[in-house]
Amino acid sequence: MIVEKDETMPVRNAEDVVRVRREVRTHAIGAGFNLVDQTKIVTAASEIARNTVDYGGGGMLRLETVRLGARRGVRLTFTDRGPGIADLKLALSDGYSSGSGLGLGLSGAKRLSNEFDVKSTPGEGTIVTLARWK
Amino acid sequence: MEQIPILKIGDCLLVSIQVDMHDRLAMALQDDLTAKIVASRARGVMIDISALEVVDSFIGRMLNNIAAMSRVLDAVTVVVGMQPAVAITLVELGLALTGVRTALNVDKGLALIRRLIEGGEDEFDRRKG
Amino acid sequence: MPTTLRMTKMPKKFETALPALIDRHQKQLLEGWLSQQRNSGTWTAEDESDTKSQTTRFLAELRKATAAGQIEDMQAREWAGTRELLEEVSRARALRGFTPSQTALFVFSLKGPLFALLREESGNAEKLATEMWTATLLLDRLGLYTIEFFLKTREEVIARQHAEMLELSTPVVQLWEGILAVPLIGTLDSARTQVVMENLLQEIVTTGAEIAIIDITGVPTVDTLVAQHLLKTVSAARLMGADCIISGIRPQIAQTIVHLGVDLSVTSKATMADAFELALRRVGKTVVDRAKPIRTPAE
Repeated sequence: MIVEKDETMPVRNAEDVVRVRREVRTHAIGAGFNLVDQTKIVTAASEIARNTVDYGGGGMLRLETVRLGARRGVRLTFTDRGPGIADLKLALSDGYSSGSGLGLGLSGAKRLSNEFDVKSTPGEGTIVTLARWK
Repeated sequence: MEQIPILKIGDCLLVSIQVDMHDRLAMALQDDLTAKIVASRARGVMIDISALEVVDSFIGRMLNNIAAMSRVLDAVTVVVGMQPAVAITLVELGLALTGVRTALNVDKGLALIRRLIEGGEDEFDRRKG
Repeated sequence: MPTTLRMTKMPKKFETALPALIDRHQKQLLEGWLSQQRNSGTWTAEDESDTKSQTTRFLAELRKATAAGQIEDMQAREWAGTRELLEEVSRARALRGFTPSQTALFVFSLKGPLFALLREESGNAEKLATEMWTATLLLDRLGLYTIEFFLKTREEVIARQHAEMLELSTPVVQLWEGILAVPLIGTLDSARTQVVMENLLQEIVTTGAEIAIIDITGVPTVDTLVAQHLLKTVSAARLMGADCIISGIRPQIAQTIVHLGVDLSVTSKATMADAFELALRRVGKTVVDRAKPIRTPAE
């Protein structure tokens, strides 16, 4: 896997969430995603960025455009040092409903991504990695 | 702080969201709209999201909330202009926004509001044909 | 990426007579190799100039790479030029319909003339054996590289054709002003659903339709997954201000739906005709008989 573009940005407040959407869109366009795929990854990024601000006490995003063979993709790694997620299974539970409340962010973002991983230790923080491939 | 403008057209309120809103702006819009519905005794609310390229669960919930609150205040809400990519993403996300009425554009939205207010017709009756 | 073929035991720093050999006998090698290729039937008259150019370039690259001192790692920088050339040969031949073997023969047919030269030039039997082993290893690896790359190219073609087929097999038609129909043929998997949604929503935007009839007569099985896909499509259309009617519900499908406890929560009809009639009513149209029947001149 080759990393073509790599940038890091803070995810600490509402304005940062807007900026995350913009930057992820730029990477997605650069990777040649069609409009629907762009929208999916930007929306997934928005969900996790918001979680990072609201529940993680703020954190960072590492945004990469990657290439594996002929395929290009965009990979996002959100980290925070917040309280962590106590019940990961519950947070990821798939509820295909009109959605309200906690947890939709994670499961929703997972549905919008090709690859998705969450590592969380209560009291230490959370790392969410997601990726979408063209 | 910026505010999203709310226009009054007859007994309807029209909101056109042109910017990528951050959360505070979205919450302000919600409060603003509710206040204006009461103040102007509006019967219809139209939210034009044709400029929104991303609608995530937060904005989705905001739309649901506005629709619910306006219903309590005896006004109908119609969301218009959703972009196809946004619709597909929302559905994948699991947010079908079932509590919100939708129309393709402003014209159809106004026609729908008229039908709902004047006909007293419920959308479900119309579906049964 | 084609995987690197590794040998378990090879000397680290590598000296071989190959570069020098290629230098001294380039013309002879070229002629011998081209003649071998001609005999093995790996080219036609139209490929002549391309093949000659590729053959010449390959020898040059081979000479350069073998002089660089390592033949174990084909992915290394020294072999980049050779790899690129082989990829070019492989891609061109794949597109022309050559088999993988025919393409690999491009490389393998060099063995004959190369070994003949080695036999002439090598001093003793041991040195000859070593050099021939090196040459064999090398050309085997390079030949296999062309095959792997060939397969990769074929896979890309198949993937592209699959995508095009998906596009073509999900048309959206307008039955009447404001009424669209989506006849689904074949299994409804998630990839297909994406294409259906994109096409349908685009047509809704273009035509301003407020009703979409999704006909599943041609969908062989309807299980919970397919039902979910249908519901997603219906929800997406609804968000664009269009209501859906599902038609083509065969008796077995109706049974399965009830049995699985699937809640379609959308109007459904047995036939597209019924759905169309309902749609017309919803947009406020009625079908009436003409007062006087039309008569043809013969009558």
